[in-house]
Formats: sequence, C-alpha cells, structure tokens
Amino acid sequence: MLGRLTWSAIPFGEPIALYTGVVVIVVILAVLGLITVKGWWPYLWREWITSVDHKRIGVMYFVLGLIMLLRGFADAIMMRSQQAIAVGNAQGYLPPDHYDQIFSAHGTIMIFFVAMPFVIGLINFVMPLQLGVRDVAFPVLNSVSFWLTAAAVLLINVSLVVGNFGRIGWMGYPPLSELAYSPDVGPDYYLWSLQISGIGTLLTGVNFVTTILKLRAPGMLYFRMPVFCWTALAASMLIVAAFPILTATFVMLLLDRYLGMHFFTNDAGGNQMMYVNLFWAWGHPEVYILILPMFGVFSEVIATFSGKALFSYRSMVLATLAICVLSFMVWLHHFFTMGAGADVNAFFGIMSAIIAVPTGVKVFNWLFTLFRGRVVYRMPVIWAIGFMVTFVIGGMTGVLLAVPPNDFILHNSTFLVAHFHNVIIGGVVFGAMAAYNYWFPKAFGFTLDERWGKVSFFCWLIGFYLAFVPLYVLGLMGMTRRLQHIPDPSWQPLLLVAEAGAIIILGGILAQVVQLYVSIRTREQRRDLTGDPWNGRTLEWATSSPPPAYNFAVLPRVETIDAFWEMKRKGLPHNQSPGAEPAYEPIELPRNSAIGFIIAFFAVIAGFAAIWHIWWLVLSGLLAIAVTILVFGWSENREREIPAAELARMERLSLGRSR
Amino acid sequence: MHDRHHATPDAPHIGVSNIRRRPRQWHWLAISAAMVVASCQPEGVLDPKGPVSSAERLLLLNATAIMLVVVVPVILATLAFAWWYRASNPRATRDEDRSYEGRLEFVVWSIPALVVILLGGVIWIGSHQLDPQAPLANAKPLRVEVVALDWKWLFIYPDQGIAAVNQLVVPVATPVDFRLTSATVMNSFFVPQLGSQIYTMGGMTTHLNLMAQQPGEFPGFSANFSGDGFARMRFVVKAVPAGDFAGWVATTRAAGAVLDSAGYAALAKPSEAVPPATYRAVAPNLFERIVEQTAAGPEKTGVGTAWCPPARQVGG
Repeated sequence: MLGRLTWSAIPFGEPIALYTGVVVIVVILAVLGLITVKGWWPYLWREWITSVDHKRIGVMYFVLGLIMLLRGFADAIMMRSQQAIAVGNAQGYLPPDHYDQIFSAHGTIMIFFVAMPFVIGLINFVMPLQLGVRDVAFPVLNSVSFWLTAAAVLLINVSLVVGNFGRIGWMGYPPLSELAYSPDVGPDYYLWSLQISGIGTLLTGVNFVTTILKLRAPGMLYFRMPVFCWTALAASMLIVAAFPILTATFVMLLLDRYLGMHFFTNDAGGNQMMYVNLFWAWGHPEVYILILPMFGVFSEVIATFSGKALFSYRSMVLATLAICVLSFMVWLHHFFTMGAGADVNAFFGIMSAIIAVPTGVKVFNWLFTLFRGRVVYRMPVIWAIGFMVTFVIGGMTGVLLAVPPNDFILHNSTFLVAHFHNVIIGGVVFGAMAAYNYWFPKAFGFTLDERWGKVSFFCWLIGFYLAFVPLYVLGLMGMTRRLQHIPDPSWQPLLLVAEAGAIIILGGILAQVVQLYVSIRTREQRRDLTGDPWNGRTLEWATSSPPPAYNFAVLPRVETIDAFWEMKRKGLPHNQSPGAEPAYEPIELPRNSAIGFIIAFFAVIAGFAAIWHIWWLVLSGLLAIAVTILVFGWSENREREIPAAELARMERLSLGRSR
Repeated sequence: MHDRHHATPDAPHIGVSNIRRRPRQWHWLAISAAMVVASCQPEGVLDPKGPVSSAERLLLLNATAIMLVVVVPVILATLAFAWWYRASNPRATRDEDRSYEGRLEFVVWSIPALVVILLGGVIWIGSHQLDPQAPLANAKPLRVEVVALDWKWLFIYPDQGIAAVNQLVVPVATPVDFRLTSATVMNSFFVPQLGSQIYTMGGMTTHLNLMAQQPGEFPGFSANFSGDGFARMRFVVKAVPAGDFAGWVATTRAAGAVLDSAGYAALAKPSEAVPPATYRAVAPNLFERIVEQTAAGPEKTGVGTAWCPPARQVGG
C-alpha cells in the first residue's frame, strides 16, 4: 500500500536531523497558524497564490529564493564547522553519512532553488515592464511554472524528515547515484525534485522567449531593448536549449534506478561518462543562465547611477549573444581529468578561454560607463562595484582552470570550490542583491534602508573574501573538496578563517532581514510617489510604483534605446506625466487561476509517491494533473476587461497620489 | 566616499574605555595571523617533487602572471573611476552624453582578445607537453596498475608480480607508467606533489605518466567524491632510491598473502582507513579482469555481454 515507506524512514536515531526536521515543521505550522488566525488566507489566495500577474509571480520567485538561501546557508555553515573541527583525531559532529547529504543538498538547493528563482523572478518582474507590455505571453503558464518550482522545493525539503537526501554531490554522478551504490531514496529525492522544477523552468523559458520575441511596446525594436531584456532573452534561449538535456539525462538515470537499465552503470555496456558529458552539456549553459541576467542587472544599475547611457550598447548585446553561443562549446572543461587526448583538452581549454573575451568586454564597458559619469552612491551601485572587483578575480581563476594542465592539479580542489563561489556569490548573489535594492521600490512603492543595506553589503563582501581566499590557498596546498574529515592539521587555521568568513556572511544575511524590517517600519517616509526614484532610463520607471495590474494604461511609444530617459529629456508625455488625459481604451487581463497551485499540489504527491514506489498514488497524482489541465482547457471566461472609464478613474487616482 | 568617517581604523568592537584589554586582543590577533601565515608554507601543488608537477606549477604561475597584467589594472581602474566620478566630486570632468567611442571600443575588444590569443598558445602547448598519456622520458618506465576500491587504493606491479594497498613505492628518477581503473564508483587518483590527477572509472582504463625526482613520502588521495569512506581514502607514495626499490620488491615477494580471486573478493568489500599492506603475488591479468568487471565473484551470466563491448579505452 505505501510502497517502501515505513516508520524507519523517519530519522529517529539521528538527533541532528530529527531536531532540524521538528524545528522546520514547527516553524511552518506557526506561520500557517498565524496566517489562519489573522485571516490572511483569502487575501493570499486572491492576490498571490492564484495570481497570474508577472509582477506578483516574480516577487514570489524571489521570496522563494530568499527562504531557500537560508536553508542552503544553514547547510554551508554546518559544513564549514565540520571541516574546522574534524581535524586529525577529532571526528567532528557530523558523521560521513550526514555530512555527505549536507554538501549534496547545499549545492542542489543553492543552484536550483536559490540562484534560479532569483534569476527567473527578476526576469518575470522586470522584463515585461521594460518592454512596455502588460504581462508575459502566457500568464497562466507562468503561474504553473512558479508553482512547479515551489512543488520541487517542498519535495526536496521533505527529505529532511522522511527518508534522506542523496549522498551523491549536487551533480549526482553515476555510478555512485546508481542503485548498486545508492540503494536508498536519496538520489530519488534529488532526481524527482529536479525533474519537476525542470519542467517548470523549461515552460518559463518558452514563455520568456515568446514574450521577448512577440510582445514588445510599439516601436521597441530589438536594438532598442534594454540590455537586461537582451540578457533575459539569451538566458531564456539557453533554458529552452539546455534544460531538455538535463531532463533526458535524469530520465535515463531514473530508468537505471527504477527499471534496472544500464545507461550509466559500470557493467553491461553502461557508460558513466555519458552522464557526465550530458550533465555538463546542460551544466555549463546553466552557469550562463544564472550570470547573464545578472550582467543585465549590472548594466542597468551602472548606467542609471552614473547618469549615463551604457557604454557601447551594441557591443554589450554582441558580447551577450557570443557568450550564449560559446557556452555550449566548453562543457568538457568540467572533466579534463577524464583522460581525453591532448587535442580534445586543448580545444575545450581554448574555447573556455575565448569566453573570457566577451566577458572582459562587458567589464570594460561597465568601466567606461563609470568613466566621466556622475556616480550617485546608492545601494544598487555599491553592490555593482563590489561585483566588478570580485568578479574579475573569479574570472581570472576561471581562466586558470581552463588551462588543462592547471586543471589537472586543481580539479575538484577547494581552489575550484573557491572559484565557482567567487563567480556565483560575486556575480549572481551580488547581482540579485543589487537588483533587490534597485527594483524593490518599483515592486512595493518604497525604497529600502541604505544604512542596513551598507552593513549587509560590507558583511557579504568581507565575509566572502574571508571565507573563500583561504579555500583558494588550501586548494593549492592540496586540499580536495567534500572532505568530511581533514587529514592535515596544518590546514586548520585557514579553515577557521573560512568559518569566520561564513559567520560574517551570516551577519550580512541577518542585516538584510533587518534592512527589510526597518524599511517596512519607516515606509511612509520612504514612499516613492513618482514611480522613478533613481532617475531611471528604462520603461519600468515610466509607470507608478507599484505598477497597476495592467502595468501601463496606455502602451508607451518607443523611439530610442533608454526610452524613458528620452521621454523625460524631450518632455514627451508618459504615464506619469501630468497634463491632458490620453484616450484610454479598455484593457483585457487574464483572470486569476488556481491551476498552477493545483497542478503543483498533485505534482508533489506524484513525486513523493514515485520516490517511495507507491505506484497507485503516482498514477492518481498524474491523473489528477491531467484532469486539472483538461478542466482548465475547457473553461471559458478566462479574461476580464477593465473598461475605459474605470481605467481613467484609476489613473486619475494614481496621478493624484503622486502629486 | 561619505562612509569614510564610519570606517575609522579603530577596532569597533573594543570599547574606548577598555584600553587595557587592547594589547591582549592584538596579541590574540597576532597569534592567529601568525598561525595562518605559518600554515601557508609551500605544500601540495606548490611544492613539486617531480618533473610533471614542476612544469605544472610553472604553467600555473605563468598563466596567473599573464592574467594579473589585465586583472590588477581593471580592479584599480574600477575603484579609481568609481571614486573619482562620484557625484560629489567638483573636480571631475563629466561627459554624460558620451556612450560610444570608436577607439575605446577597439581597445575594449583587443585587450581581452590579445590576452586570450596568448593564453590560447599556452593552452595548446601546455596541453600537449603535459598530456597525462605522453611518456616522460626514454628510460624504461616502471609499470603500475591502479585500482580504486571502496575505499582504498590497490597498486599492482605487473612486471614484478606483486601488489600493495594504500602504499605506492616507486624508485626516484624513474618514470612511472600508470594504467588506472575503478572497481567501484568514479574516483580520481591524485598525488599533488607529483602532478596530474586522473579519473579512475569502472569498465574503463586511463593512462598517466608521473615521476618522482627526489626521495620522500608524498600524500595521495582520491580527488573525486566516492561515498562515505571518501575522506579516508588516502595513500602514501614512497619515492626511494633505485636500489632500495629492488630491495623492497624482494622483501615483498618473500612474504605475505597472495592476491588471488578469493583474496581480491575479500579486498573489494567496502572498508575504510585501511592500513598499508602488500601481496607477494598477484593472479594473472587481475587488472584486465577488474576492467571487464569479472574479477570478483562468479562470472556475470552472459547478460548483455554478447552485444556489449567488454571494455573501453579512454583516449586511446
């Protein structure tokens, strides 16, 4: 009846895991209880859970990423503590069985459920506003994508309490992840969670590509799009091209695990390196799915706060597209140590180094945007400058690792760990934080506190260097990654420094929470009534903060790049300008839909059932999803119309407020 | 910029009234700093003991130097531009309308392109000179077959007919020709002070050539996560003078167990932190049978073997 699920799946014998699980459950129940007591459910259901508004969905993605950042960070600090104390004869407080789950969960969660939600949430929120349109191409599908990601998050966290997570690293290399070496449910939690979120991500990619190619404000030619939209287009095309590879690879591994096939086994003709090749054929483009939109964020932020147009827009676009193509031609550099011949290694090494050219061009373009500008120091640009300094170091160590003989001695070392944290924290996280401070007033109508913002920034910056410079050094000293026990006592001082760095980063995260709290408390003084708090250049600043559900009462007409800047400069009327009322036309908007939430609900059930081999429940869950889609497909009356008179009334209200 | 006043060098966590405690605090800081510096002595890949690792360290330093030529100016320029063009600086020249400049554009693309052309040459030459499969010298190499097991290393000396676990004895100044495989999950064979690591993969053989230039004991380990015993999957390389090596071979041959099918099956069972041991004799073709996945236990009864290639060579 319950497949392999028995009481032994609950970790009664492991106090750390058990207490963590209990605390998490208590916190969740407390939050749900608070919502119930306060009577917030109808509001949440109406305004958020069933919302198909790209702005709301974007915010929910970002919140999801922030919550999972806490989970992933808790894993990180547990690992750092274990490595700092388990030296020589000391064994630390985490046995290998538990430690191995933690580093596997840390990587999986940080990539798939922190960085990806940040990126997708940002694109969701910003891109339609920048393009001057009312929503993405498929708003309901967008909601489905988000809820599938949320379903995957729920499923992967269930492994804290029921069963265990994989002890296979975040890449899940076979044959370790095969049934022969991991007969437990750990790899299945990994695989099914990522399959569910992978479907959501692929749908998002299709949605974004369609939006950018087909829905733009009148006059918004490709070469008038803000750079962030270009990077969003590049990242979305990479999603569409790369995620199916991951899904197919995981299907093969699942077939191995569930039906005894031999795609990646040691015996019967299986080939583990096929998995490794396929994984990185997705994995390297994935790196650029994460970083390209952040390059877009920094382009917007640096231009805005320098009071200048971005230096050499065209070469920025060209560099973005070049990276987009090149990212598919470098995957082998993740395993130079496979033993391929010198020609193969040299080819992939040179291709990897070539990616440094467009990336270097971007850095120089930002530099020349600052040059002769008027740099106003607000939080977004402070994060951007922290990024530029930190990221070039990460880029340098990346190029070093692209030289095959260097990789032969640094592969899988903590030098590599330091490198990718250098680019992911210094690039993606700093970018997400710049974007958070930059677009928060647009989303919520008030700016964030600068003082706590600076505390957070400097904690992150200093904490990052303290945590990862020691890992660079330890990698050179011959320390490999994923060690549950440290064999060489001379490594301990540096590991203690790294631990201190992680604690300072924790301070940065806490300062961000305080920043949000303080900002909400003092929101009346920090209201953005103009819709344009930073003297922005692009169309998202042409509408009110927060924007109405329809974004723009009248779609803007675009005549140049930096469309809003030009409108302001020429004194052209825009949504926020006073004066004669334009002729409003009725707007059609999609109605709220619960389909995303319902599909995700059944996806969690089907995924959980598949993990535990409860086949009747898998079938029921899938059937319920199919029925939900059919019911939705035959439903009518999916749009609502805002009449012109109503629109005029709402706009007058909004304009009255801003003056 | 405006933060200058906040960031006074006065250690902020020490109360001003608490001056007497300050020396002790600095004392503590100095000790930890000294410990950190002391722990950074050359070690690992920065302390090469063979020609491969020496060449790789040199390449690493050269590539770093090439990169730093660009990276350091970029970091300095970022900080300098951000500081000088701050809005509150009345002396800065502004030109907010300039968003394109042909000559700058040319520089912007040429600098990284030139660096990468230079590095591309370094990569091509380095990859070929330091190809793990390339033999090291004309001297006749010592052949060693390496098998990664859960969680220990088996070293078979096919020409000497002996084997060792978690201990690799090699003569100095003699190239060692490794053939490697895994009887279990993927591992990576790595001795940082000797140079290049290489994966060991079930059903496949990889090749690696290394040499120890001076006598000594060098730590080796798996550099690819392989399960619960991974952190303790370590071995020692003992580089000894050629005469001592011959003596070690003779001693090993004289006593100890024989690594036959039964012995191998026992050894292949998962175990952790296995102390070094030797075998006085090894069953013939043990390495090949491990690659073919037929070494331990009864033969797999024909499933798939008719149509599956028995074993693959990676990279020839």
